[in-house]
Amino acid sequence: MSEELVELTGLTVEFGTTRVVKGVSLTVRSGECVALVGESGSGKSVTARTLLGLTGDGARVKAETLRIGGRDATAFTERQWREVRGTGIGYVLQDALVSLDPLRTIGKEVAEAIRPYRTASRADIRKRVVHLLEAVGVPEPEVRASQYPHELSGGLRQRALIASAIACDPVLLIADEPTTALDVTVQAQILRLLGLRKRTGTALLLISHDLAVVAELADRVLVMKDGVIVEEGATEDVLTSPRHPYTRELLAAVPGEHARGTRLSGTPGVPQRRGEPGEIVIEARDLVKTFKGRPAVREVSFRLRAGETLGLVGESGSGKTTTARLVLGLLDPDAGSVEIDGHDWRGLTRARKRELRRHIQVVYQDPLSSFDPRFNVRRILDEALHVGGEPKESRIDRSVELLEQVGLDASILERRPLSLSGGQRQRVAIARALAPRPRVIVCDEPVSALDVSVQAQVLDLLADLQADLGVAYLFISHHLGVVRHVSDRVAVMKDGRIVETGDVESVFTDPRHDYTRELIAAVPRLPDPSRAAVEEEVPA
Amino acid sequence: MSRVRECRTPRPGVWGAAVFLVLLIAAAVFPGLLVSGDPNGTDMLAALQGPTADHPLGTDANGRDLLTRIVHGARPSLLAGLGVTALSIAAGTVIGLAAGLGGRIADETLMRLVDVVLSIPTLMLALLVITITGPGVFNTVLAIAFFMVPKYARLIRTQVAVIRRAGFVEAATSLGLTRVRIVLRHILPNAFQPLLALATIEVGAAIVAVASLSFLGLGAKPPAPEWGAMLAGGRDYFSVAWWVAVFPGVAITLTVLSITVLGRYLQRRLEGRPA
Repeated sequence: MSEELVELTGLTVEFGTTRVVKGVSLTVRSGECVALVGESGSGKSVTARTLLGLTGDGARVKAETLRIGGRDATAFTERQWREVRGTGIGYVLQDALVSLDPLRTIGKEVAEAIRPYRTASRADIRKRVVHLLEAVGVPEPEVRASQYPHELSGGLRQRALIASAIACDPVLLIADEPTTALDVTVQAQILRLLGLRKRTGTALLLISHDLAVVAELADRVLVMKDGVIVEEGATEDVLTSPRHPYTRELLAAVPGEHARGTRLSGTPGVPQRRGEPGEIVIEARDLVKTFKGRPAVREVSFRLRAGETLGLVGESGSGKTTTARLVLGLLDPDAGSVEIDGHDWRGLTRARKRELRRHIQVVYQDPLSSFDPRFNVRRILDEALHVGGEPKESRIDRSVELLEQVGLDASILERRPLSLSGGQRQRVAIARALAPRPRVIVCDEPVSALDVSVQAQVLDLLADLQADLGVAYLFISHHLGVVRHVSDRVAVMKDGRIVETGDVESVFTDPRHDYTRELIAAVPRLPDPSRAAVEEEVPA
Repeated sequence: MSRVRECRTPRPGVWGAAVFLVLLIAAAVFPGLLVSGDPNGTDMLAALQGPTADHPLGTDANGRDLLTRIVHGARPSLLAGLGVTALSIAAGTVIGLAAGLGGRIADETLMRLVDVVLSIPTLMLALLVITITGPGVFNTVLAIAFFMVPKYARLIRTQVAVIRRAGFVEAATSLGLTRVRIVLRHILPNAFQPLLALATIEVGAAIVAVASLSFLGLGAKPPAPEWGAMLAGGRDYFSVAWWVAVFPGVAITLTVLSITVLGRYLQRRLEGRPA
């Protein structure tokens, strides 16, 4: 059973003059699951694509050995690679919305993966498509097969991608961040599905930035950093007793129950202190908002006090962002009211609304799109300070001060966000939010687009700022670990309603609502030595 | 990487176009620097002479030096081209902004009007406008600007409609900026970006249009040294003195070509990718 499907040694890949993969060796045997873990830019995806001959134009690939299914693949022609793709190795891409043709039904998409390899009648193909969709757990496969990608949820799209990847029974399935864009419960389902493929004998190569995601599925873990594999070993060993400092850093950066009240990044700093919450800064009462007859938010009420963090958790479509926009006064509720610092958005003149906006600022998931592309950091901050009533002469000094507060150097002032890293961009966004000296900052998925270690730094920064400035956060996230780490209180949203609310520890340790329980159970966890065997699911 | 660099470093054609345009601008601003004679000075003895050392591009039926006239013709041509572009951008921006920022009704009304203008052949439209306003350089510019407006209006409207929903506009709103400031500082400058490249190319088109109307006798009146009018004047002598019509034509062609080449280059630079 331990036949070597892929044997790769000494792989280097260069794009132009930059070497992104530096001497990577990797073996995948039949029936095993290997995880390649690393941050963006570590070279993990490029390595995976090499195994499919998809490294791309302009890449110089060198490998000492590259054997696929026992054959030397270093001199494969495009024709031979095509043979490998599909029948030998199936590839599941990360973003199911982008990776599926928007103009074709998913049935056609899956059928296409079958057609070139087996000559079959239309009816047979149809049958096989339905069978494949069924195998990946798509409910009502006959109906779904005739639907277009945009009509399906993220989870179903991801399943369709997996279905087309396994259409020709590949011996190895490569999944590049298969669950990154998905909600926790859906992520759990996809991981179970991949686990099922593994038990039926398919080998898996999982690529992820999230150690917790791979923890349950992988037999072996390879940790990659800057194009080099820094640590390799059995999953249990790597995750419970990491040898390389980078692996340790990655593990420490994962927010969750174990990390509450501590710093996630290795940087020194004051331990989090939490003062007594002050006066009420947001009072939301019975908010209702309906879009084209579809209720997005129904009777949502909550309260946020100065210096406190309220976590708003829920899956996509649960109404979190609509709630945020109502709170920010960017949308008018159909019913209910929001008071910021005791002022109701309703009935305010435009000028008064603008004034009130200073008290409540926002940090978005994607900082880049929240900056005017023509503006450099200096102008971004200058404008925010202008709004805050800062006189023109002192704005530069204040900008430098703000940058220092968020841990950035003044030299960044003349740069444009496009040339900054994801973490730096989010810091600039936080600096901008701080500029008008707000009482509350609404953080809408502020770390969802960041790597684990950068996420750790940003979460630490937010904690420090709260301790220093006493600012309150309305922290919106689908990531339960993050919410548990940062929040004092938490509100769980589902279908536009808050189904459970309370102190963060009591909600997480003793959830009352079924949905909360389901959510918490779905969170992938780092291994615990006493962990019981993973619950198995039998296919229908 | 190499492709990106390719579009950063201009090719020889772009340099040629730039040099020609610099000469053209010099001719438009200080025609006296390049040629010494009077563009309207007739010399019946030297009528319809081919290119010689005295008259490098020959003379027309009235013995006027063609090189002098072409150099002096640069100013009206460029002014007309720029005037048309400036006028049509101004009007197009106002209409596009109103359609993009206003409600559905404003949008639909304005865009349907724009569609109507777009559906009429351009030259016919210009003739129609001139029939109403009467011939003349200024009226020609107005007429051509009128039919160039829809392009800009549509472009600005589409840009504004996209940009007003962009994350940074919402961020600016939640920061507490005034609506006017958001439109002027964030929406409009970003909407303008693709327009600059289009405008450069359209300057060339405007020059051709102005010359065409002058050719038809509706723009500049003889003996004014205007390229289109000169072209028209050379028409009758084409079989005996080709240069009278050809050289003004070459001037128009080179100008439009240079502006277009430079415009496309600018477009690639601004978009940051090879076209």
